[in-house]
Amino acid sequence: MDLQIALLLGQDGITNGAIYALLSLALVLVFTVTRVIFIPQGEFVAFGALTLASLQAGKLPGTLWLLIALAIAAAAVDIVCALRDGQAQRIPKVLAVNCALPAALAALLSIVPAASLPLALQVVLTLALVVPLGPLLYRLVFQPIAEASVLVLLIVSVSVHVTLSGLALYFFGAEGSRTPAFTDATFEIGDALIQGQTLLVVCASFTLIAALYFFFERTLWGKALRATAMNRTGARLMGISATSAGKLSFSLAALIGAFSGVLISPITTIYYDSGFLIGLKGFVGAIFGGMASYPLAAAGAILVGLLESYSSFWASAYKEVIVFTLIIPVLVWRSLTTRHTEEEE
Amino acid sequence: MQAGDKPTILEVSDLSVSYGKVEALHGIALKIRAGEIVTVIGPNGAGKTTLLSALMGLLPARGDIVYLGQRQGAEREVESLVRQGMTLVPEKRELFGEMSVEDNLLLGAFDRYRAGQRDHAETMAQVFDTFPRLRERRTQLAGTLSGGERQMLAMGRALMARPKLLMLDEPSLGLAPLIIKEIFRIVAELKKTGVSILLVEQNARAALAVADYGYVLETGEVSLEGPSGELANDPRVIESYLGLGGRH
Ligand SMILES: Nc1ncnc2c1ncn2[C@@H]1O[C@H](COP(=O)(O)OP(=O)(O)OP(=O)(O)O)[C@@H](O)[C@H]1O
Ligand SMILES: [Mg+2]
Repeated sequence: MDLQIALLLGQDGITNGAIYALLSLALVLVFTVTRVIFIPQGEFVAFGALTLASLQAGKLPGTLWLLIALAIAAAAVDIVCALRDGQAQRIPKVLAVNCALPAALAALLSIVPAASLPLALQVVLTLALVVPLGPLLYRLVFQPIAEASVLVLLIVSVSVHVTLSGLALYFFGAEGSRTPAFTDATFEIGDALIQGQTLLVVCASFTLIAALYFFFERTLWGKALRATAMNRTGARLMGISATSAGKLSFSLAALIGAFSGVLISPITTIYYDSGFLIGLKGFVGAIFGGMASYPLAAAGAILVGLLESYSSFWASAYKEVIVFTLIIPVLVWRSLTTRHTEEEE
Repeated sequence: MQAGDKPTILEVSDLSVSYGKVEALHGIALKIRAGEIVTVIGPNGAGKTTLLSALMGLLPARGDIVYLGQRQGAEREVESLVRQGMTLVPEKRELFGEMSVEDNLLLGAFDRYRAGQRDHAETMAQVFDTFPRLRERRTQLAGTLSGGERQMLAMGRALMARPKLLMLDEPSLGLAPLIIKEIFRIVAELKKTGVSILLVEQNARAALAVADYGYVLETGEVSLEGPSGELANDPRVIESYLGLGGRH
């Protein structure tokens, strides 16, 4: 391997690694706040990429139907709860909160030809379609079992993953999609040829990571999420409800997932089930950070990207094997070095 | 102390709380008036923490709870009680250990902030005046504080919510005598700001000295109650709680 190839592979590795890093942050966030190991994280990537591809192909993405169905279900559940508490006057608000966005999106998509919109607007539409699925899933699936054990939450999480990838197959079909590159620009720095696309993905990922850092360190809601992750009882006593913290963390995870999908779609062909492997690589990064440390998780994820990229050069058939075998020494190292902080239940 | 015409903040009657099949509190009655310090004293395992947890909505309870003139339904929730000005400083403090002192305090004002009140800077300045030690430690992580400082932070964080009813669960637990003295001095001072305080303590002497009214809780039942001056002179209290060891 000469330097040129090494640099090229390094570029690839960092590009993918940046996306894995985003996903690993989402996994750490959701786990620390809600104790859910969010296996469907990858499905948000696939839904993001495939929804964008359908919009660009001039098709109505099935995501809209899923969004409408979940919104109606959530509204129904909220109405039942309101009636049970004798708060019938809350019903109009419940309907408005749950159904306004899906209705607006449905109307918009039936009038405006999404395929002819500029890319930026298509991305915004994609996010508007995919991101609300996060809090809706939390409301319908995880909020009712918020007090369950980590294992039960994991099992439910796996079934949500299976359901979502089944729906993706139904909505988008078995053939993969790849969206056109955001840019064709290339830059030459010394010997290395850097693609504008790569630069864009890396910049966008790091911007989002920086934005998340700002959110967690500087805003009250960000601090409230961290507080919930550190001490659930303490947070409740401050009036931070576990439900709003859970919804917020799922919204952020969905945003990160969908955004990653948009970023990755011009680089890799995405199939209805591609999300799982991508999410899993973010998961390896998250395990690096012991499911708790954001910087370690991000560093681990970038390492995964690099490792994957170089191993695809030497032993392309085994690249997944190599990446996932990495989990074992990492787990051994983690279990030897971290003191065990068992969840008090 | 004069009682009579001051409005009642919290009135509880026939309150029972169970852990699974085991009942820990059996039909408690208790009353707190505006601006009063009421103390609940009792030995280990009497049910003091259980009482405060139930009042705060952390545990399901049977019986009547009337807070600020409103009967509380079965679906009482911590978050809505916080919004109505009830605040608990729990026995275990429950601080956010990996956050700075300042951030812990800020989160104490979370609910007020969400409701649109942006006076947390001012409130924090008042808290720092009450606990100058916290001002010195403002950037330090809560997890690295000493026991006394942790208690001060827990109380400061609760005050950030500008509570109407402040409930303190054994604020003197595990602290050195000098710090205990300081904490009780501050409790007495807080009374001047008009907040009502429900103070749970094993340190009966100090608690009765600052309180207006007291209850003795034993094995899940109120065995004795009265104005704290009278309780402090009651032979049964003296024998069980004030007798040995002299001044705490
Ligand atoms: N989570 C729990 N599950 C079962 N029983 C409990 C639980 N917490 C407390 N108890 C029991 O309820 C009774 C009252 O406990 P509680 O903690 O309220 O007492 P306390 O007066 O606060 O004691 P201390 O002074 O030691 O803090 C005790 O018998 C205790 O064993
Ligand atoms: Mg106790």
